[in-house]
Amino acid sequence: MTQPVRTGTGEALPLPEGLPGIVADWSSDQRAFKNVSWGKAMMWIFLLSDTFIFGSFLISYMTVRASTTVPWPNVSEVFALTFFGESIPLILIAIMTFILISSSGTMAMAVKYGYERNKKMSAILLLVTAFFGATFVGMQAFEWSKLIADGVRPWGNPMGAAQFGSSFFMITGFHGFHVSVGVVFLIIVAIKVLRGDLDREAPGFLTGRKGNYEMVEVMGLYWHFVDLVWVFIFAFFYLW
Amino acid sequence: MSYVAHDASAFAPPAEVREVELYHPKTWLGKYVFSQDAKVIAIQYAITAISIGVVALVFSWLIRLQLGFPNTFSFIDPSNYLQFVTQHGMIMVIYLLTALFLGAFGNYLIPLMIGARDMVFPYVNMLSYWVYLVAVLLLVASFFVPGGATGAGWTLYPPQAILQGTPGESWGIILMLVSLAVFIIGFTMGGLNYVVTVLQARTRGMTLMRLPLTVWGIFMATILALLAFPALFVSAIMMILDRTLGTSFFMPAIVSMGQKLEYAGGSPVLFQHLFWFFGHPEVYIVALPAFGIVSDLLSVHARKNIFGYRMMVWAIVAIGGLSFIVWAHHMYVSGMNPYFGFFFATTTLIIAVPTAIKVYNWVLTLWRGNIHLNVPMLFAIGFIFTFINGGLTGLFLGNVTVDVPLSDTMFVVAHFHMVMAIAPVLAVFGAIYHWYPKITGRMLDDTLGKVHFWFTFVGSYAIYYPMHYLGFLGVPRRYYAIGGTDFIPESVQSMNAGITIAALIVGAAQMVFFYNLVRSYFKGKPSGGNPWEATTLEWQTPHTPPTHGNFGRELPVVYRWAYDFSVPGAPQDFIPQNVPPPEAATGARDRA
Repeated sequence: MTQPVRTGTGEALPLPEGLPGIVADWSSDQRAFKNVSWGKAMMWIFLLSDTFIFGSFLISYMTVRASTTVPWPNVSEVFALTFFGESIPLILIAIMTFILISSSGTMAMAVKYGYERNKKMSAILLLVTAFFGATFVGMQAFEWSKLIADGVRPWGNPMGAAQFGSSFFMITGFHGFHVSVGVVFLIIVAIKVLRGDLDREAPGFLTGRKGNYEMVEVMGLYWHFVDLVWVFIFAFFYLW
Repeated sequence: MSYVAHDASAFAPPAEVREVELYHPKTWLGKYVFSQDAKVIAIQYAITAISIGVVALVFSWLIRLQLGFPNTFSFIDPSNYLQFVTQHGMIMVIYLLTALFLGAFGNYLIPLMIGARDMVFPYVNMLSYWVYLVAVLLLVASFFVPGGATGAGWTLYPPQAILQGTPGESWGIILMLVSLAVFIIGFTMGGLNYVVTVLQARTRGMTLMRLPLTVWGIFMATILALLAFPALFVSAIMMILDRTLGTSFFMPAIVSMGQKLEYAGGSPVLFQHLFWFFGHPEVYIVALPAFGIVSDLLSVHARKNIFGYRMMVWAIVAIGGLSFIVWAHHMYVSGMNPYFGFFFATTTLIIAVPTAIKVYNWVLTLWRGNIHLNVPMLFAIGFIFTFINGGLTGLFLGNVTVDVPLSDTMFVVAHFHMVMAIAPVLAVFGAIYHWYPKITGRMLDDTLGKVHFWFTFVGSYAIYYPMHYLGFLGVPRRYYAIGGTDFIPESVQSMNAGITIAALIVGAAQMVFFYNLVRSYFKGKPSGGNPWEATTLEWQTPHTPPTHGNFGRELPVVYRWAYDFSVPGAPQDFIPQNVPPPEAATGARDRA
């Protein structure tokens, strides 16, 4: 016997515009955010919580940067690469940032094609996004190994304050972990799209929930968040 | 027949969402162990949390034995003593109260009270419990590693938490921090579920302003937890790195045991800020669900609507918001700019306003009510007394000038035990006596319950009232032995002995409660579906205990708020939330 329960997806409702609309939604029954599915609501709230994690990390970084008594290393020298005898500051990180921001674009297009039921384009763009993400992590690994070769360690470095290496490895590592998790899930979602799981509403392997194309958009929310966080890390670590 | 009822309307909007299928386990393992049913997960949370809580209760006995009868027990050395203090605090605050209020009561009550079949993501909800269990096991494992569990105090302040000389600095502290990080990951899985379920999965007619206050309390506490635990998560990671990799986030240049250490340039005060940015909302994470539960118990057992429902809701929201901007009142003696002290003292005292609104409303709910002095009601009234006591001493400690001399004395211990240990625990007991019939289908024994209440309530005051006085005398907290101190009179020792005896009695009285739980499960009087004649949806289920899917074939439709008690002209002194107003019933009959 199967018992009915309510799902997250439903038909669109007519909404009052503007502020009265918000009030009407919140004072109504069943759902505070009309036409927002459970999965999407959950992802937004998770991202809010995750914002506090990255916020705490960055505030801690600023605090130790202020509390340390040793001068901070000159970042435009630390993060410079030498090409043909020419030292170019921040070149690697500029390329990395460009790649990650571009991947947000391909992700957005994957969502669009997903809703148009264009399986092929959606899956290709998801895989391109995953490829960009993997490239970003790869370049980050290169950057880490270069810094390690230059003698930067979590507990100290030859250029200045020990906290530079500590917070750099911790925060970029934590962000890189987010990107890596995202890449894994991008590939999973791409496979689901390609196999047609989302068209057939096939139940998920673990959760048993029916698939639908909104999954691509929820994946996209996470991915854009990871990109946005990178913008802050970039600004605070490389430009300050 | 007609009568006036608050907020009731015959109109229930149509269902906004399609129906899907619940996950139906086919094996015994899937039904009772790896269950995705929120009710089973709630029981699992409750049993785990209470079990580890009993361990912490035993630690509190050991602490009190040392303080009451120093030089008597050879197995309590200074290191052990510090470990007992640390683990008692950490377990009680996080692994017992947080897990019990949100994991157990949240899982059991939210879907039932809002008229949902289950949490929105049952699989993630199940993972939440198992991750929590891993966190508890890591914590327990830390008792048995070389050097034992950490003895750094439940606040785990660096630098001492990871330096030689503190018990458990080798393995205990690492396991403690890992366990906290794992707990937070597990909690986040559950917490996302609770928030989304309340916001997006209510039944027809259940508006936010018709939610029972229990749901409001748990909902707001979960939001606080989702925003406050990240700070603890980050500080746990950074301290693990300080301890294992030798980074200096929290470690200044320091000489330990005559040796200059490798650390330099970190900020110990940064840890305190991160910790209390979590730690103060944590107080309200355990207080807000208690507020909500007590409101419902008072209303049901006084047969009277809650006074000022809307203000009660807004007070919960206001307390939740304010709790994020008061954290540094835990750090007055850490050294801060006087203007910051002024700011944090002001915000702290402002919290007294919504809190006082709640207390007045509870008292006005009781006023001229038809008070049934049964066990849940006794505990709810006990909560009000205890919470007022703890709240008033909070006003002392919230003021910088009064706090400085009282800081780190027994007065602080007495204050926070009154306000966030005894008071929430009384609410927990009241809630268990109240909802046990729904969970098991049997009543708890009334006489044993009253014995349990009076020993616990009077005993707690025997413990903590004298402790305030010890604090005024300047008796410091966390000390293994006071030793020969001029300003502390001899008589303090006899008072300490008295407190210890009271603590042992209160602890032993809890055995009555556990006996009652087990005995009533087999031999208790069958309760029926709605023994308290309550209005909320969990009492209107077709089966008791509720079956998988909670509400049978049809979800209930809500026509009124949760507090229609003693409505003039109504046939009974309560009207369940899913009963349509009489004009609607007549209308339906006309159409038929």
